[in-house]
Amino acid sequence: MRRLGPWQIDRDPAPRGWWVLVVSLGAIASAFLAAGALFWAFGIGPARAYSTIFLGTLGDARAAPEVLRQAIPLLLCGVGLVMAFRAQFWNIGAEGQLLAGAVAAAGVALFAPLPAPLVVPAMFAAGFAAGALWGLLPTLLRLKLDVNEVLSTLMMNYIALFFVEWLIHGPWKGQEQRGFAYTDTLPPAAWLPLLPGTRVHWVTLALGLALAGGLAFLLARTKLGFEIRVLGQNPTASRYAGINPLRTTLVAMLISAGAAGLAGVGEVAGIHHRLLAPDQISLGYGYAAIIVAWLARGSPLAAVLTALFLGLIFSSGDVMKVTLQMPFRVTDIFNGLILFFLIGSERLLTYRLRRVPRPAPHATAVSPGPERQTGAGIPEETGVAESK
Amino acid sequence: MITEWILDTLIRALAVGTPLLWAALGEIYAERSGVINLGVEGMMILGAFFAFAVAHTSGNPALGLLVAGVVGGASALLHAFLSVTLRANQYVSGLALAMFGLGLAGVLGRGWEGIPLLNTLPEISGLTYLGVVLAVVLWFVLYHTRLGLVIRSTGEAPAAADALGVNVARVRYLAVVFGGILAGIAGGFFSVAYRPSWTEGMTGGTGWIAIAIVIFAGWDPLRAVWGALLFGALYYLSFRLQTWIAPEALRMLPFAFTIVALAATSRRRRGEGAPEALGLPYASGEK
Repeated sequence: MRRLGPWQIDRDPAPRGWWVLVVSLGAIASAFLAAGALFWAFGIGPARAYSTIFLGTLGDARAAPEVLRQAIPLLLCGVGLVMAFRAQFWNIGAEGQLLAGAVAAAGVALFAPLPAPLVVPAMFAAGFAAGALWGLLPTLLRLKLDVNEVLSTLMMNYIALFFVEWLIHGPWKGQEQRGFAYTDTLPPAAWLPLLPGTRVHWVTLALGLALAGGLAFLLARTKLGFEIRVLGQNPTASRYAGINPLRTTLVAMLISAGAAGLAGVGEVAGIHHRLLAPDQISLGYGYAAIIVAWLARGSPLAAVLTALFLGLIFSSGDVMKVTLQMPFRVTDIFNGLILFFLIGSERLLTYRLRRVPRPAPHATAVSPGPERQTGAGIPEETGVAESK
Repeated sequence: MITEWILDTLIRALAVGTPLLWAALGEIYAERSGVINLGVEGMMILGAFFAFAVAHTSGNPALGLLVAGVVGGASALLHAFLSVTLRANQYVSGLALAMFGLGLAGVLGRGWEGIPLLNTLPEISGLTYLGVVLAVVLWFVLYHTRLGLVIRSTGEAPAAADALGVNVARVRYLAVVFGGILAGIAGGFFSVAYRPSWTEGMTGGTGWIAIAIVIFAGWDPLRAVWGALLFGALYYLSFRLQTWIAPEALRMLPFAFTIVALAATSRRRRGEGAPEALGLPYASGEK
């Protein structure tokens, strides 16, 4: 406890919502300042860089929908990761699960003899299943053999990447245009409708929003949600409460991986209309979704906002590529810095600043603030199970 | 014929295994002190870029490696500050370091792609032999010296080490930075010796493999030599067998095998597993 004039700093086990918001925004602002310093070292004035970015994204009526477009896969992957992280499962494999969904979608559209109205629903179902399947092996390995899921999910990303490469160079290589490594164009029945004048495939967007709402409800109001929350906050208590950790983690993880699979369907059916090189299907959405989930602090609804924010970063990457001749990798600098400042500022959340006037000589002791129950979703000490 | 082929494979395995060994040895020390650093890939790619840029400008590849080590150490310092001083989540901090390193190297390296390097180091250079010597030395220090005991105790029981007067934070800082220096040099090996050039993302996931080798080797520097050799051979074979099997399928091999290796080594006796306090921040006087 420390006094600064009339203010007092104490420990706070459950930070208030507005304080979480202030600290998060402060972290983001600091990351932008640090990135600005890097631009400056690189010979680009930060003011010019940021004004160019703003004018090329939100400040341009035709470019602004691109932010929303990029936010769609980030939302689906991010909401999924919120679920996995809440169950203390460190799913770093959304990128691979997204690619698995993309493969399934392309496979259904190219090879399944379905009547036209059923094609899109079948693609989404197959994409969810493929994503979940891609997440299944690391989940089982962690639950049965205690294998570190950070590494296993990451390895699955590389395996998915080379699997897609193999498909587009080998068995699924298109007949239409020779010399290019991608599949044939999907039949029009597999194309998702776009909002007029944009590349926003609204079906996937609606799915993402529905998923965010549905999972928020699931976490807050259902038995499964309760089990996931308890498991994430206190694994020992969850055992006493009779919660089956295997089943609960498995369900949370299948939802997580399946949601990433849906994102892959959206990219293939809404944007590219074919299966192509993995780094073109996903610009790293699966990795950036980690930030979406972390910023959302365990809330699926907050992930809608944070996905939009990361969508802004991704469309900024496009702008910087075109106008400032920066490689698209520049988004990784932003992402890395934001993550650094976010976790670096987390300790601030455990303190609170209260106005406590110095007591008059004969006044009674100051009463403590009102009790609060709610916390920021992610528990403070988030030790990941190590592989032993 | 067949002995020649095996010998050839072995030599190439040594070449690819060299950076894997260096990076894994560094990570072993960091993890033994209780700090997991998932940013190896980021530190390696920064090392690769700076080694190439310095070697190209100065004409001296050894100087390039030296600078790569400094850059690797400096980037590890960032991770140490976050995970030791700020007690932030080590897993996320490491991932952030990987992203940041890949991003920064990509931006800095713009315009350096496709330039050939005139003075290079041979693939099987002093670095390979030095790596094996280093493994023996690090093994000896870890298990047979007081310093090694101090490092292991901060990773196993930081509170006990603290009570005995060990400065846990300082040990962890030094171990993490040491790990970063080795990772930086490992990355530099790619761009001045193994494939003397600069390409974005040229470390190609080897940083993650190095972390897997640490687990595979049971946090033992000597066993990391075998791990690096095994994965080096796997990497080489994934290029060598392209005549018969699709190259994409082969390039999956090291990553698929990593999962198999992690699963196979998951059941260990007590004392052979991860350091007890790995990944857990430590604050003196706090429960």
